[in-house]
Amino acid sequence: MDPLSLKKINAERRARRAAILVTDLSDGRDRVVREGDAVAGELGGAVLKAFRSGRSGTVEAEGRLFFLNVHLPPPRLVVIGAVHISQALAPMAKIAGYDMEIVDPRTAFATPERFPDVRLFADWPETVLKDRPFDAYTAVAAVTHDPKIDDFALKAALDADCFYIGALGSRKTHAKRIERLAAMGASEAAIARIHSPIGLDIGASSPAEIAVAVLAEVIAAFRSRGLAQEAESRAA
Amino acid sequence: MHDPTLDETRDPLLIAEGWMNDGRSVAVATVVETWGSAPRPVGSHLVIDEEGNFHGSVSGGCVEGAVVAEAVDIIETGKPRMLEFGVADETAWQVGLSCGGRIKVYVERLG
Repeated sequence: MDPLSLKKINAERRARRAAILVTDLSDGRDRVVREGDAVAGELGGAVLKAFRSGRSGTVEAEGRLFFLNVHLPPPRLVVIGAVHISQALAPMAKIAGYDMEIVDPRTAFATPERFPDVRLFADWPETVLKDRPFDAYTAVAAVTHDPKIDDFALKAALDADCFYIGALGSRKTHAKRIERLAAMGASEAAIARIHSPIGLDIGASSPAEIAVAVLAEVIAAFRSRGLAQEAESRAA
Repeated sequence: MHDPTLDETRDPLLIAEGWMNDGRSVAVATVVETWGSAPRPVGSHLVIDEEGNFHGSVSGGCVEGAVVAEAVDIIETGKPRMLEFGVADETAWQVGLSCGGRIKVYVERLG
């Protein structure tokens, strides 16, 4: 392995960016490909597929054997709102392998007693996001029902191109939210990315069932990352 | 509570970089293919230095000893090698995977 490749791949991993270490198994030469880098030919197709699936593997391209070691940042789930749904969601997210954190400025809600095993921020999203910005490997679920708390986080999630953005609320509530986000400068296409009512439609009614629906929707979004945009660009 | 940032003390590739910066000779072993019930997924790393110190894993501990021995040799020669491990009694290797799976491990020198 080229020492420079090792440094590069580690730098990408530390910065929570997706990258693949491509090793030519015939001569041992390697290089780092970042998500979005152009790679020509057959190998390029394999690289795209590997970024999407997140699965490492050996591929044959241009008559040579390559090993693609895919390094995707661990998906992060940020929940805005230390509410009953979040209490149910926290252990489920952990089991599914998603690092979950909760942001809620209402200190009566955001207590360690209510959330013993979660990274908890009893502060406004505006403040928390300064040190922990959203990125493309972050899912954001806004569940406070309070525009004062949710709206800033939703706009930030749209700007950071988070792979999942969900917001609790009826269709009526969401219609008002759309107006507010538009006033904040979010485009119609961006706003359309918000899942609201939040969660897969499985008829969930209890907080725990809603948590299942939300987590399932997050997983679906993560596993189909980039597919929607590609379909759009093909159609265009 | 699991931190979404990397664990500098346990991540094999970060450890390899640290060892390299300390001037140690390092080999990196990577699981590149698995068949059946392999204990560690494709892409898993084991890093080894010239004295046989290692971090990470390519199996549940079944073949690490053999990989470390090969790695020390590979650090000397600089020539990468592809190792294959299956169940112990079906291969020429002294060690094998008791789970019945098969794995291919690519071992290369860093630099």
